[in-house]
Amino acid sequence: MKVHILAFGIAKDLIGTGSTQIEMEKGKSIADLRQLLEKRFPELKKLGTYMIAQNSKYTNGNERIEAQDEIAIIPPVSGG
Amino acid sequence: MIDIQLLDSALDIKTCVDFVTTLETGGIDVFIGTVRNNTKGKKVLQLDFEAYDKMAISEMKKIAEQALQKWSLNKIAIHHRKGILKVGEIPVIIAVSSAHRAAAFEACRFIIDTLKQTVPIWKKEFFEDGEVWVSTTP
Repeated sequence: MKVHILAFGIAKDLIGTGSTQIEMEKGKSIADLRQLLEKRFPELKKLGTYMIAQNSKYTNGNERIEAQDEIAIIPPVSGG
Repeated sequence: MIDIQLLDSALDIKTCVDFVTTLETGGIDVFIGTVRNNTKGKKVLQLDFEAYDKMAISEMKKIAEQALQKWSLNKIAIHHRKGILKVGEIPVIIAVSSAHRAAAFEACRFIIDTLKQTVPIWKKEFFEDGEVWVSTTP
């Protein structure tokens, strides 16, 4: 199934795009997605720590990925 | 009760103050963030704010709702700006009103402190020798 990936800030610079799609098998988790992302974009590992949001909500890794999910790579924030 | 704005244009303090002012209000606390001309002594030319718009708005709304739960407040306004800001310009305004001032002071502090930890907005600093994404929230 297709999953939309958004990247911001330094993550966007590191992977070279702010928006992409990846193919995932059904039943995978956010933790699985993190591994897949780091395999496809090894530069992501330079980020060290980053959060992943699923449909605008922060995740803890255990959440299941659904088709058409909007996933965002959220590097350490610096608003305000 | 709550006004959350993520804007591409200049923010307005009076707009925020007017929004939170009610007949029941006894005190209004306003936090105004401004672009400082240096980071740890190094000269800053400008900042560029990038946002994950829909989640930035939902997270700011969450923070405002948490503040309403924790303190007795009248209204809250959180306005954040995106894009390039020069030194002295305003990236964020938080206005909080309450019947008695203690709640407004405390809630306003809570809102900016929490915004800096959870809202998906990022700032890039432009120096004379290059630009860098700010990596931690002080």
